[in-house]
Amino acid sequence: MNNNKVIQVKSLTKMFGDFTAVDAITFDIEKGEIFGFLGANGAGKTTAMKMLIGISKPTSGEAKVAGFDVYKQTEDIKKNIGYMSQKFALYDDLTVKENITFFGGIYGLSRKKIKEKSEALIEELGLEKVANQLVGALPLGWKQKLSFSVSLIHDPKIVFLDEPTGGVDPITRRQFWEMIYKAAHQGTTVFVTTHYMDEAEYCDRVSIMVNGKIEALDTPKKLKEQFKAANMNDVFLKLARG
Amino acid sequence: MGITISNISKSYKKVKALQHISFDVKPGELFGLIGPDGAGKTTLFRILTTLLIANEGLATVAGFDVVADYKSIRKNVGYMPGKFSLYQDLTVKENLTFFATIFGTTIEENYDLIKEIYVQIEPFKNRRAGKLSGGMKQKLALCCALIHKPEVLFLDEPTTGVDPVSRKEFWEMLKRLQQKGITILVSTPYMDEAALCDRIALIQDGKILEIDTPQAIVKHYSKPIYNVRAHNMYQLINSLKEYQYNHSVYPFGEYVHYTDKRTSFNPEELKMYLESENLTNIEIKITVATIEDTFMELAKS
Amino acid sequence: MKRFIGFIKKEFYHIFRDKRSLFILFGMPIAQILLFGFAITNEINNVDIAILDHSKDATTKEIINKIAASKYFSIKQMITREAGIASVFQKGQVKAVLNFEKDFSKNLIKDHKATVQIITDATDPNTANTITNYVNAILQQYQKELNKDITIAYQIVPETRMVYNPELKSVYMFVPGVMTIILMLVSAMMTSISITREKELGTMEILLVSPLKPFQVIIGKVLPYIFLSIINALVIVMLSIFIFNMPVQGSLFLLGLESVLFIISALALGILISTISSTQQTAMMISLMGLMLPVILLSGFIFPISSMPLPLQIISNIIPAKWFIIILKGIMLKGVGLQYIWKETLILLGMTVFFIALSVKKYKIRLE
Repeated sequence: MNNNKVIQVKSLTKMFGDFTAVDAITFDIEKGEIFGFLGANGAGKTTAMKMLIGISKPTSGEAKVAGFDVYKQTEDIKKNIGYMSQKFALYDDLTVKENITFFGGIYGLSRKKIKEKSEALIEELGLEKVANQLVGALPLGWKQKLSFSVSLIHDPKIVFLDEPTGGVDPITRRQFWEMIYKAAHQGTTVFVTTHYMDEAEYCDRVSIMVNGKIEALDTPKKLKEQFKAANMNDVFLKLARG
Repeated sequence: MGITISNISKSYKKVKALQHISFDVKPGELFGLIGPDGAGKTTLFRILTTLLIANEGLATVAGFDVVADYKSIRKNVGYMPGKFSLYQDLTVKENLTFFATIFGTTIEENYDLIKEIYVQIEPFKNRRAGKLSGGMKQKLALCCALIHKPEVLFLDEPTTGVDPVSRKEFWEMLKRLQQKGITILVSTPYMDEAALCDRIALIQDGKILEIDTPQAIVKHYSKPIYNVRAHNMYQLINSLKEYQYNHSVYPFGEYVHYTDKRTSFNPEELKMYLESENLTNIEIKITVATIEDTFMELAKS
Repeated sequence: MKRFIGFIKKEFYHIFRDKRSLFILFGMPIAQILLFGFAITNEINNVDIAILDHSKDATTKEIINKIAASKYFSIKQMITREAGIASVFQKGQVKAVLNFEKDFSKNLIKDHKATVQIITDATDPNTANTITNYVNAILQQYQKELNKDITIAYQIVPETRMVYNPELKSVYMFVPGVMTIILMLVSAMMTSISITREKELGTMEILLVSPLKPFQVIIGKVLPYIFLSIINALVIVMLSIFIFNMPVQGSLFLLGLESVLFIISALALGILISTISSTQQTAMMISLMGLMLPVILLSGFIFPISSMPLPLQIISNIIPAKWFIIILKGIMLKGVGLQYIWKETLILLGMTVFFIALSVKKYKIRLE
């Protein structure tokens, strides 16, 4: 096995009754890669991701995440990944520090380590002044940046981001992507599921799912050349409309 | 007629949601309100649809004052709130019938207006609205907002959470509605949708940054923008930010958008600098500004 | 008018499509009545008791036979020594012990008075109380027979008299209470939830930005629940009449009118709750904590108001349920007409008008 491949997926399939939600998808993701996992609503993105993060059992096929098997070693997978979704990020009724401490705690970090991490994190994000304020009072963009940092608190090998930047202002969004680049640069693999095509442009490679199958997988640049499209949005439109 | 907004302000407790907003939407115009979440778009929509009262300022919709003549406005506008706001446990047909009835009309009476959209969801007319796909829900919501033939249509982030195919179809529908003489005010956080409007207002933190046609807005961007890329994105961004002449550095998909402080900028010079920073496969070429570049430039100042 | 009918039609779609709520709506009254009727009952049956008979004469034997013959008690044990009493209780073998004094018969004849001690296991005070009452009733019965042809009465126990519910049928006492709770719950909670659901879904925004008038929305929301509540009230009355053979003494028509009045006051409360809560969850919490608890605790349904501390007695007056329960008991158990309950009815009417006025005033034509 190639040690650089942190996610290996082979013919992974999920059926709900007669309905094939994920239809034999196959791909590998390398260490430090930013991988965009695209598809329309209902294309099977979420189901596929749930199998990879160990909360849904595949019907057939193989997959290893961070070297662990998705059938048997789901607990090990959960320890080695971070997860951030747009819907649930942080507790609004806890302060910045309390949130960091809580999430550090659930990943079993020592008290000392949590303290170190939380100071470093607050400084890096420039949140010193609001460290003891409730997260609910922070602007959306700050919350999202904080939430991303918290998902990295236990130094996971892979971080899964579910539509991370929908609705934030353009400047914050770019700061967010700079953070993602940094994490990837430091060796964390970033797995982004989204149906916002402009987010796809930032990824190293993207896959596009249509009706449970991966219909295209390459760098955004090559995909644009292949489909003779000006941007990923057009690539998607051409793929989805057949 | 259309919409007039003059000096509207609105605060919630501590938060200033809107600060001295003024602009007009001409009759028959497709006007876009572009800004991120929390910019105040929804608050402005609620004031115009008579759901909220502004702290100061005046506004009229279709010639009626939003406070004094709220009843007339409620008869003459169509409103599609940001969240999917139909009855999930009612079928497509029942939803449409219900909204037709409460506006004192019938589906048949205004069928012409919704026909093009309705035929797309008609095959599912006996399906519960909650079981429709995102794109279908949005089409149904639009039908319900149009069923009483409103003069002015308010669409609050209609394309949020909708896939690109449905988004494209949706904008095509709006264009056709506009041709039928309906004034449309639409809000969106997606800068790429701005180009589809006749005129747009860029809004952030409760303030209007600029109002103009999309073409004029990008033309106002004064500096030349360069697309820069190299083998390592993270290092490239850091090096560019450290470059003493940088005016702005923003990742932009597979490139970084770079602008320089100097009026006489030579890309070769930048290339040499980046090479000295150990970056390889460097590519620098001039590009055109987008709405997003303009937005960031305006928001920065 | 067409708008209004369209609105009501929509409400019924919601109600009939939400299978879970529908089940609660109609399952609950039935379950509650049956539960209160059968399980949480004050009646006793075949309670095990022990007897310590110090005299062992004809009179005590006769009394013991009478007790043994009743379906309420079964004599488990005869104890011979005082010390045995503690031990049978400790072992949990019996719920009560009857302790006849020495020379019971003799005393009765000589002093016209004899004593029997009724010792009950008061860990369950309700049952203990009931057992005492039942034994008293049997003794009293016996005494009556004894005194039939004697001029100077023999006295065994102090007299207790039960009125209106001579058989001590607890289900009769519970029916008015359960009916009140259910009507309150269905009317207040369901309306407040159905209004806040529209707020949560965002459909309220669209309804506001439509030519529908506020009162049309309110009445449209409320009418279906008036209808459902009346059905519920009917189901409860039917159940009590046909399953528990409860005699409804008074006029059913009056009962119906009073119920409608109470339903309307509960609906108005529901609307009021919906104006101050923005989510279904809050509406439910407020309905449960703010309405259900006072109805259960302070209305006289379970705990008699007369035995409450004075401040609580005063507070109980502002609870509509209290008045409704008095009215219900009056009509159902005592069979009285309006002339005896006009005061309570008037109070309830006043409260209803007040709540309606308040909820109409509080109802917002805008979002805040």
